[in-house]
Amino acid sequence: MAAGFKTVEPLEYYRRFLKENCRPDGRELGEFRTTTVNIGSITTADGSALVKLGNTTVICGIKAEFAAPPTDAPDKGYVVPNVDLPPLCSSRFRSGPPGEEAQVASQFIADVIENSQIIQKEDLCISTGKLSWVLYCDIICLDYDGNILDACTFALLAALKNVQLPEVTINEETGLAEVNLKKKSYLNIRTHPVATSFAVFDDTLLIVDPTGEEEHLATGTLTVVMDEEGKLCCLHKPGGSGLTGAKLQDCMSRAVTRHKEVKKLMDEVIKSMKPK
Amino acid sequence: MEGAMLPDAKIRTESGTESGPRGPGCSLRHFACEQNLLSRPDGSASFLQGDTSVLAGVYGPAEVKVSKEIFNKATLEVILRPKIGLPGVAEKSRERLIRNTCEAVVLGTLHPRTSITVVLQVVSDAGSLLACCLNAACMALVDAGVPMRALFCGVTCALNSDGTLVLDPTAKQEKEARAVLTFALDSVEWKLLMSTTKGLYSDAELQQCLAAAQTASQHVFRFYRESLQRRYSKS
Repeated sequence: MAAGFKTVEPLEYYRRFLKENCRPDGRELGEFRTTTVNIGSITTADGSALVKLGNTTVICGIKAEFAAPPTDAPDKGYVVPNVDLPPLCSSRFRSGPPGEEAQVASQFIADVIENSQIIQKEDLCISTGKLSWVLYCDIICLDYDGNILDACTFALLAALKNVQLPEVTINEETGLAEVNLKKKSYLNIRTHPVATSFAVFDDTLLIVDPTGEEEHLATGTLTVVMDEEGKLCCLHKPGGSGLTGAKLQDCMSRAVTRHKEVKKLMDEVIKSMKPK
Repeated sequence: MEGAMLPDAKIRTESGTESGPRGPGCSLRHFACEQNLLSRPDGSASFLQGDTSVLAGVYGPAEVKVSKEIFNKATLEVILRPKIGLPGVAEKSRERLIRNTCEAVVLGTLHPRTSITVVLQVVSDAGSLLACCLNAACMALVDAGVPMRALFCGVTCALNSDGTLVLDPTAKQEKEARAVLTFALDSVEWKLLMSTTKGLYSDAELQQCLAAAQTASQHVFRFYRESLQRRYSKS
């Protein structure tokens, strides 16, 4: 009977739960789904990570290649993110060129990398003006159940921490690059941006980590990306119902706690991986 | 074809007698708006902020493709064309921001199974482009007579490395700033409808920028009201 009510009046069904300050899957309004992360699963990539946020599954693979540095910044390398939402993850995506959702997510990840200065592009330079690294970050969603931005940011961060670049020297006589695959070093990750997403309901209620159904019923969404010093890298609110300054303040405090949780989880995983 | 060229004198928002690192220096550039300048779209507007200029056209409520129709409200579509080159991923991202902002204010339930299309063309870009696009879109929607629950406006804030705030920055100020924040605010309760930011900043700075943007938006809304009053009082 509840299933029938849910199909006919999904919003009313949801409101009944919100009145009791909980959600259909049993979570509190400020509770995240179980987060799991698996690092280094793709052996053909230079760095990889698989993140599961409840049912939402996202995998990030990073490949490093050579490229000539940009002419206006000869001492910098490139970081090129790309988010792919294939038809595999949800019935709302069709095959073909990337849809709007995928493009918006790619732009969001590019902005987070740029704003948070997660890696210094100067670290990616091998020889000024001649050779630099380009990191292709491919983020693919395997299962879409809401809150894709949080999962993508976490996957990217975990994968970057896993990337090992070989040592490259430029041979003086031939001018060619010599790669020493035996000597690899990790990237210097300067900050740890963590995204926290909220959904706005009925213009007043804020819930954390919305599932796919909740995102569909929500009247607005908000994503906050914070680093460890409490500085904001990105406040992404693409339209939707209005929010007051006080509500934003609540979101910030929740984002700070989430950052601590994620950082702890990642440190545990990295520590368990180190003796290889 | 009626038009109302309404230049407004430089509007200054002084931040009072505050001492400290964040001194006054908040002023919006000269802005101007012209409505009903295109003959084909149902509504059109050209919005100028300093040297930044955006032309907007609105078609709607009109016929919608069956694949895109929503049974209980209007389908809103935004197309943003840059001044040079083909539209890319950044334009798609901006289109999504503008579309979601419009969806929050347009009363789509009054026109179910129709489409409302907003087409924006960047004529010149000299800083605060997204805010100018939002303002042009709002004026064009009003000109088309699309029912809305509130008006909205865009305000850009730039934060310098020493903590000073500059409203409505030029392209040069945006490049030199530590962080650039763009907000869309509604006219009824000045709530935050849309926000997109670039760069690093703290929570307190965010609240400060939001408060400054809310004060500045009141000037923009007053400008909207005056320009519409002048337009309708003539006819």
